[in-house]
Amino acid sequence: MRTYVSPNYQAAARPGRTARHPVVVAGGGMVGLTIALDLARRGISVVVLNAAATVGAGSRAICMAKRSLEIFDRLDVGARMLDKGVTWSRGEVLFHDRPVYRFDLLAEAGHHFPAFVNLQQYYVEEYLVDACRASARVDLRWQHRVVAVAPDADAVTLTVETPEGPYRLTADWLLACDGAHSTIRAALGLDFVGQVFRDRFLIADVVMDAAFPPVRRFWFHPPFHPDGSVLLHRQPDHLWRIDFQLGAEADPEIERDPARVRARVAAMLGPGVRFEIEWISVYTFRCRRLERFRHGRILFLGDAAHQVSPFGARGGNAGVQDADNLGWKLAAVLHGTAPERLLDSYDAERGPANDEDILHSTRSTDFITPKSEAARAYRDAVLELAGRYAFARGLVNSGRLSRPAVLVGSPLNTDDDAAWDGGVPPGAVAIDAPVGGTGWLLERLNRAPGFALLRFAAPDEADLPDVETIFITPEPQAGAAHDHAGLVAHRYAAVAGDAILVRPDQHVAARWHRFDALAIVAARDRALARAAPSRERSHGKA
Amino acid sequence: MARLDTSPRLDDPDALFAALMEVHRGLSPDASRRLDARLILLLANHIGDAAILAEAIAAARAAGDDG
Repeated sequence: MRTYVSPNYQAAARPGRTARHPVVVAGGGMVGLTIALDLARRGISVVVLNAAATVGAGSRAICMAKRSLEIFDRLDVGARMLDKGVTWSRGEVLFHDRPVYRFDLLAEAGHHFPAFVNLQQYYVEEYLVDACRASARVDLRWQHRVVAVAPDADAVTLTVETPEGPYRLTADWLLACDGAHSTIRAALGLDFVGQVFRDRFLIADVVMDAAFPPVRRFWFHPPFHPDGSVLLHRQPDHLWRIDFQLGAEADPEIERDPARVRARVAAMLGPGVRFEIEWISVYTFRCRRLERFRHGRILFLGDAAHQVSPFGARGGNAGVQDADNLGWKLAAVLHGTAPERLLDSYDAERGPANDEDILHSTRSTDFITPKSEAARAYRDAVLELAGRYAFARGLVNSGRLSRPAVLVGSPLNTDDDAAWDGGVPPGAVAIDAPVGGTGWLLERLNRAPGFALLRFAAPDEADLPDVETIFITPEPQAGAAHDHAGLVAHRYAAVAGDAILVRPDQHVAARWHRFDALAIVAARDRALARAAPSRERSHGKA
Repeated sequence: MARLDTSPRLDDPDALFAALMEVHRGLSPDASRRLDARLILLLANHIGDAAILAEAIAAARAAGDDG
């Protein structure tokens, strides 16, 4: 029984002549498709080269974080993912057979999207493909495999293998979204820095009718698998993800044997539970990154640029944020509204963001797979204390789940020039809140694809160049978003007269307790890297 | 700024030493190790000051390097 049949996309014909394109995306996975769709919606034509003829095999990155869903919603595929996926926000950690720690990642109401939706990566990719195919600006080329890369100062020339033979094409910009085994990275001879972990893990996607709630459940040394940890996630289609820690000595060939996997799952579920195994994967992982994500006219995104362990759902969600960060910048450069150096800020912003993901992921992994007797003793001591003492629960680390990056210290931010009592500081992503009748603030921002100004004031005639103003009022008013629950003002710590400048990727660029058109234009210019970097910013902040 | 207090502060050092010996009596090396870890985590939380804890970690390491 298969719960999913992969679509079979027709191979693209081999082009007759060497054409030049503004943007070529190598790799049509989740990240490549996301940035292709984003660029297309910003008026840029994109060629996507994909070696396969279908979406990725296996459920892979199943946990779509709130921020990824918001980004997908801006691309008009978020609702479809929310409908199909399994919504969850709660997690439970067990030691032996006792619960020791519970968490809720989104305890408050008033957000369009939940903390997480579990959805197999092949669905995410299929929905993105459907949206790309509906766009006249995305040229999706299935079974076109990049085999050689020749970058120079003005362009990148690619050699592409197809079923009908090879051809060449040139790109102004090449986006390497070709995964952990990136051909582009290998062709450029770039190395990763970071750590490789020896422990092996086993993923089994199991079809069953089970009554478990949609809670992320993590066991340390459960009775049914005493030598390691086990992670359980619910997916749509009655599919369950079970992830067993196997240890460093496990033989992947033996562990892949379906009979052996069946025995492990049966021990977990107990007698009388009927199940079928749909997908088996034995894997190890790495926590590492390229030193730089931009190499001239080639930019690296997703797993091609950085890799983490799966604990924390920081792989796919980081890649989607990479695409979100780069899309508007590349479009601005191609439209001639920003200088090329704006693309350096992709590295300056996503570098530290990915370092944070790698740090969390490495710490989680060190907790889950202790590397020494001392590490093991401390880990078990934490779990022994956690059942009884609240303080120890904070030390339990079964994965710190993906949060949207806060772009602290970005050269594109304009620092506050007055005191704010909390709210959303420059660099942080705009927080959702209900507005109007049944609408959402981010939905309103989605309709302003460029820069937007949230103005806590009644609508007036003030006009700003290339910045769309969204007026926010506590009472219903024509031409304003009605903050009926007061949650916009509350979450942004805003009072009447405040103004918040939001970038095209919905990160806050600057905020003021006043309306000052000159300051707003200056902050917008800084966020577009139009102003030359100041001395203070250009040292040690990269 | 708070600092790690390494001046003699124990009223009855022999009693503390005896209590530590007593609690470890009969434990396997693994169980002893976990007990010490639990003890350190409880005390670390009680202290609750990251700077003092960092100083204590450094002092513990340095004292072991001397021999």
